[in-house]
Amino acid sequence: MFIEVRKNSQIFQDSNKTYYPEDETEVSSVVKELYKKNLPTELIGTGSKSFIGNKIQSANKLSLSKLSGIVEYLPEELYIKVKANTPLEVIEKELKINNQELAFEPVDFGFIERGKSNIGTIGGYLSCNFAGSRRFKVGSARDHILGFRGVNGKGEVIKSGGTVVKNVTGYDLSKLVTGSFGTLVALTEVVLKVLPKKKLSNTIIIHTEDKKLVNELFEKISSSSSEVSGAVYIPDEPEDKDYKNNKEMIFKFNDLNSNGSFLGLRLEGDKAAINEKTKTLVSELELNKMNTSILDTHQSVPFWKKINNLELFTETKNNLLRAVIPPSKGDELMQKLGNKYKYYVDWCGSLYWIEVQAKKNMKIVEIKKLIKELGGYLTIIKTSPDYDYEETIFTVDDTRLLISEKIKKSFDPKRVFNPGRMYRGI
Amino acid sequence: MSELVLPKINKETVSKKEYIFKKLAKIINPENVLSHVDEIKPYETDALAAYKQTPLVVVMPENTQEVSNILKFCHKENIKVVPRGAGTGLSGGALPLQDAVLLSLGKFNKILEIDFENKCVITQPGVTNLGLTHAVQHKGFYYAPDPSSQLACSIGGNVAENSGGVHSLKYGTTTNNILGVEIVMMDGTICKIGGKTLDQEGYDLMGLICGSEGLLGVITEVTAKILKKPQVVKAALIGFPTIEEGGNAATEIISNGIIPAGMEIMDKALIEATDNFSKAGYPRDAELLLIVELDGTESEVDGLLKEVSSICKKNNCSSLKLSNNEKERLSFWAGRKAAFPACGAMAPDYYCMDGSIPRGKLAEALLEIKSLSKKYNLPVANCFHAGDGNLHPLIMYDGGDKEQLRKTEEFGSEILKACVRLGGVITGEHGVGVEKRELMCEMFNDKDIQQQLDIKKSLDEKNLLNPGKVYPILRKCAEEGRVHVHRGEEKFPDLPRF
Repeated sequence: MFIEVRKNSQIFQDSNKTYYPEDETEVSSVVKELYKKNLPTELIGTGSKSFIGNKIQSANKLSLSKLSGIVEYLPEELYIKVKANTPLEVIEKELKINNQELAFEPVDFGFIERGKSNIGTIGGYLSCNFAGSRRFKVGSARDHILGFRGVNGKGEVIKSGGTVVKNVTGYDLSKLVTGSFGTLVALTEVVLKVLPKKKLSNTIIIHTEDKKLVNELFEKISSSSSEVSGAVYIPDEPEDKDYKNNKEMIFKFNDLNSNGSFLGLRLEGDKAAINEKTKTLVSELELNKMNTSILDTHQSVPFWKKINNLELFTETKNNLLRAVIPPSKGDELMQKLGNKYKYYVDWCGSLYWIEVQAKKNMKIVEIKKLIKELGGYLTIIKTSPDYDYEETIFTVDDTRLLISEKIKKSFDPKRVFNPGRMYRGI
Repeated sequence: MSELVLPKINKETVSKKEYIFKKLAKIINPENVLSHVDEIKPYETDALAAYKQTPLVVVMPENTQEVSNILKFCHKENIKVVPRGAGTGLSGGALPLQDAVLLSLGKFNKILEIDFENKCVITQPGVTNLGLTHAVQHKGFYYAPDPSSQLACSIGGNVAENSGGVHSLKYGTTTNNILGVEIVMMDGTICKIGGKTLDQEGYDLMGLICGSEGLLGVITEVTAKILKKPQVVKAALIGFPTIEEGGNAATEIISNGIIPAGMEIMDKALIEATDNFSKAGYPRDAELLLIVELDGTESEVDGLLKEVSSICKKNNCSSLKLSNNEKERLSFWAGRKAAFPACGAMAPDYYCMDGSIPRGKLAEALLEIKSLSKKYNLPVANCFHAGDGNLHPLIMYDGGDKEQLRKTEEFGSEILKACVRLGGVITGEHGVGVEKRELMCEMFNDKDIQQQLDIKKSLDEKNLLNPGKVYPILRKCAEEGRVHVHRGEEKFPDLPRF
């Protein structure tokens, strides 16, 4: 069947059975053929996050890597329109020239996979809808997509949204497509909301081993009007020397004693605003009673970069879980995790990155059950080589699964795109 | 008003009215099922009062299970259902159908849980937008989206329409400010989406429901995010001698890296109208008035106000006032908030448009509207949420004059088409409803619309939930549908609309 497609297709396909369409029209033509022949296909960009999700059993691949480039960037309108497979680095570089940024702070998954940066393309990033440390303040990737163009599973070019922030014209498909792991649409073009970069960043470090206090501080920070834009807790692991050394190496800053557990909270703005916010926080959090230090902007910026690169779990051979809980359940979760797992907490107490050792898959089941009981959800981001895929990678209930199946069908009735990547049957 | 095409009436349903009434009275408390003409008349329209239709029956369920049972019954019997919140929508999204059950969420009016620890409120959908803020403000918190009708509009309706407000650029619209919803599908399935966590895994069903105008499910519970009030809020009131200079200043404020909490523009016609009406003390010699509101810490706000002032001076502003206290800040807004009633006082009728344009195209849009105003010989006043690009031209006309009414409709259509041409959209915050249904083709082609219809079909295969709304029935860009507000006919004359 595959040869037949190749014979009929004008689009280049290499020896790995990968199509490389040059533009949206070609994407549409390829998908029309795949649809006609009923051929399940994996959508790929640069493959930076291909290790996330279930394994796909498909002979064909559709690379969107040639759909790259900035289409239109209007800094004063606060949006950038790009072809979907534009590398995030290119976009971030362009925005930086105009003192702007993607406020959701994209996470670089390259470090956990290969030990170095590999942040991938915007299309791939949106398909996963992950957000960095600023999430609790500014929203996730889905809150920053204004519109898109793409090809559905029948090969039809469709679009939704636009370039303006206020738009209620029809269903908001941009949100639906974001986080769909390429199971609904092959994105060809996206419009993103961009925001001004804050002038300076400072990080207040609070050294404490008292987990109850940490959760109290998270609560106070999120109740403060000081606009804290990052709050992370890195617990110590005194029994694992390698991990401890690694941690101390990663967080080696002049003004940070990374020996022990610490909480870092970020303030952004101009100098006067940061000073004012710091003063307020010192009183609100009673910081005078604690062991603290401050990272200036030259230390603060790389500090948060390391957090968002997941550098603590660089090249991990173990399972890496991403759990999101209501922050009030932090005490309970920390108690249960005890010192059995290596983890750290981001998003001001909402997001937990937890490492589960290889050959201990049963522990994942236990943690997942616990997270669900706490009202949260869990995604297995990276699996150890022995992972058996008996436990689902994502968390979903029956009703939502049923609705998701129906929606999948409306975009991609023959399940051409990434079948099984998220859930069985989708 | 042009004739409105609605879905084909199912005569069998109409003929079974008695049977349906009796059945529904068994499913829920009979007192909550209304069918007498006197009882159902108040439901015949929403705030788009130009269109009226009495429903078959009105049901007012009291809990989610009742909603589910009603929908299950209607699904089985092929009966259409139109959900309704507070009925303050301006695009006819809750317009009843002759052969449909009108499902009012009016009894879902309780706040279920206030969770300060997790910064959220779980509420029933009938609670008003302002009701949410009132419930949490004693601890210094608030709910961010602030549509002008917030005193009366319900949070469920806000979700259905993805309502915004004047602070949308900085704080987002409804979709960015809720954490979860409970919905009931047309077949009666109850589905919980999201919860007290940030984001959710899998398809963003909450994102899909937000702004779906009651076509995909009935919202029965909302988990809304609450924010701590900013430390300081201050505003500037700036007059400009030309539209271009004012527009340039607004654009320059944004390109200088300032994100105002709110930024509003009014043209000369509206400055005069509102100043006459509310004695706001606006600079009447100005061609364009800009209100910029900033929030944050004291020094941050003062610093930004300084920057805003210097940008405005550079752009040749003719007057500049900074608010020295809360009273003064509110006085800056007084005229702006009276914009709609002020227009109402100037002509027998006014007609409010709602389009979005890129901020930088404002001068172009206003000049085009000005020339259209001449072409149609109808006065128009413009207000513009300059932060987020949402334009509200108010056309003044006399609805008693059939020819003027026709011309007004044409004028309105041309404005929205111009918005699309300038890179914008046909509705920024009022929704499509029945009003702009046929104009959807200005923005979307058949394939785009078909994809949306396929989603609708996948979740409501019999097309029973709120049919005839949002998507074109005629499938051509017919000249129909716009927001008319007729004095005396308006459902909520006291509500500020901005």
